Amino acid sequence: MARKISIKQAINEAIDQEMSRDPSVIMLGEDIVGGAGGEGEMDAWGGVLGVTKGLYAKHGDRLLDTPLSESAYVGAAIGAASCGMRPIAELMFIDFMGVCFDQIFNQAAKFKYMFGGKAETPVVIRAMVGAGFRAAAQHSQMLTPIFTHIPGLKVVCPSTPYDTKGMLIQAIRDNDPVIFCEHKNLYALEGDVPEGSYTVPFGEANVVREGKHVSIVTYGLMVHRSLEAAATLAKEGVEVEIVDLRSLSPLDMDTVLDSVTKTGRLVCVDEASPRCNIATDISAQVAMQAFGALKAQIEMVSPPHVPVPFSPTLEDLYIPSAAQIADAVRRTLAKGKQ
Amino acid sequence: MAGITPIVMPKWGLSMKEGTVTAWLVDEGDDISVGLPILEVETDKIANAVEAPDPGTLRRKVAGEGELLPVKALLGVMAEADVSDADIDAYIASYVTPSADEEEGEAGPAYLWAEVDGLRIRYARRGAEQGTPVLFVHGFGGDLDNWLFNIDAVGEELPVIALDLPGHGQSTVRLPGASIAALADFVARFLDVIDVDRVHVVGHSMGGAIASQLALAHPQRVVSLSLIASAGLGGEINSGYTEGFAKAASRRDLKPVLEQLFNDASLVSRQMIDDVLKYKRLDGVEALLLELGGKLFAGGRQAEQPGLELESTGKPVLVVWGTDDKIVPAAHAANAPPGATVERFAGAGHMVQMEKAGDVNRLLKQHVGA
Repeated sequence: MARKISIKQAINEAIDQEMSRDPSVIMLGEDIVGGAGGEGEMDAWGGVLGVTKGLYAKHGDRLLDTPLSESAYVGAAIGAASCGMRPIAELMFIDFMGVCFDQIFNQAAKFKYMFGGKAETPVVIRAMVGAGFRAAAQHSQMLTPIFTHIPGLKVVCPSTPYDTKGMLIQAIRDNDPVIFCEHKNLYALEGDVPEGSYTVPFGEANVVREGKHVSIVTYGLMVHRSLEAAATLAKEGVEVEIVDLRSLSPLDMDTVLDSVTKTGRLVCVDEASPRCNIATDISAQVAMQAFGALKAQIEMVSPPHVPVPFSPTLEDLYIPSAAQIADAVRRTLAKGKQ
Repeated sequence: MAGITPIVMPKWGLSMKEGTVTAWLVDEGDDISVGLPILEVETDKIANAVEAPDPGTLRRKVAGEGELLPVKALLGVMAEADVSDADIDAYIASYVTPSADEEEGEAGPAYLWAEVDGLRIRYARRGAEQGTPVLFVHGFGGDLDNWLFNIDAVGEELPVIALDLPGHGQSTVRLPGASIAALADFVARFLDVIDVDRVHVVGHSMGGAIASQLALAHPQRVVSLSLIASAGLGGEINSGYTEGFAKAASRRDLKPVLEQLFNDASLVSRQMIDDVLKYKRLDGVEALLLELGGKLFAGGRQAEQPGLELESTGKPVLVVWGTDDKIVPAAHAANAPPGATVERFAGAGHMVQMEKAGDVNRLLKQHVGA
């Protein structure tokens, strides 16, 4: 049966159920149990925000606290995956991926291709993404486009508790490396989630709101900002359709194209830096594949091309707001064919 | 107030909290007979017409088109000609929409759970306090919400029970056996557990075959049978549908499959597809449906046809079909046992209990003697 739980609980439940179902599922990360080398309570931490708390009591040493070396334990997880385990590596913040790019880009993403399809790398690398947490420039980035750029990686970024649980279970069962992006400012969001295990397939976008005037294509926290904007616009008589991509690689362009063909107007909203991000990718593909359907030029809403500011006032201005999204929708409605 | 009949926002299914009035189908001053569609209401799950509960004249439209209103909100007022406008104004002014929370407080939790032979079974039990209960059994891949337009209407007269069969809805994803006989025996065990002795059984599609088998194997439990677009009354079945339903993994694949269920394909809403996908994505559901469909409907033939043996039971039988049924041929209605009441509806498909809810509800009420 379904009941309301938070995204944080949904992550914990997905890992718990998969560890119970499949003994090859293990987990590595910093402070995911009690802190490496610590002498205190083993389940003290459960990760930097307590996401894995309680799992050590059930699954014991299948959860490994690691030294503060992302390059070491992400590499270890990838190696274990290529030897038959299904490891989940947790990085506190996606910003720390920089030190393990060789392991991820050159090893995990390439094994299947370079070994003629004989090698599988069923690793999941979970990391918190996004700004708004007052965590400054090195802990706040939305680095999704860096990973969608690399063939061989799957990249997902769910926006609801239901999708989070189903996509994390799918990620663990998937035979390819998956970068699983969790928006830290959505951890407390609650929604209906079935108690049993289920999977949400990758490569299928979700139309979270139907409308006929303008399509917004987005993912993550921006889905919720777009819903806010849509509620404001509905009072002005504008019916916005919102496509939550949720899976960024593979990407469901069919759903995007169906929506744009229906509305003729597109606003791409992305919390990632504006150059070469998911919004530019979607708009390029729509311009190529559905140019004839467009009634006006495509609008994009992204943060400015600057590091995420530490000043709370500036950080709030940095993150695209519902008001900015609504303005972009109004701009596209004011232009082009009526 | 004497002579005044309120038209209120209906409650279709246990999860419905509000609905949008999409269109009025009659005008103020029109004379209305019972069952005439008065206005159309849309929820996030489905759209349907609200029908007149009593005859009378529509005196006032209270809700405007496009208005989103809670369940039981006043939508319009019907009254005889001798009721004054002032009385109607006073009635509207004093109408208070009953709060949904209070109502649920009185009726207890929306869904109940029973442990039957190690399986956790979700069911709803509501309606009148007195009388022989009416048990609703859904079809292949369905759940108790397939009865959202029916159980409250029948529940006005008799107690109503609707369950999620094993492997369906929110019940445990495991079958007591992949046969109509095993499922019928399980339904009898379910009645044991919830301490119900005899029921009027209403079955839709595969649920109709289960109802028929229940009447054959456990005749003492069954007072009457209502078979809606029922399996078990003939050989053919559209196994392309059952296989397509079991295998469809995405919204894109599932939508055309679900559209086969209706005469009006536009009734298949985004929310309906999402709800079915959420069920189908649960671990084990696809394999279970493939096994069940493979055993019951392989190659487009129904393996068990208990409906053909119902004459021997002597039970009153009602058979209802939509003439545009694309899953089980409406021609099977001709195989109803002698003496059965048989009704066919044009403009309805396999989900005739949804597409012709008002008509089907009237037939059900008549048949169960309510």
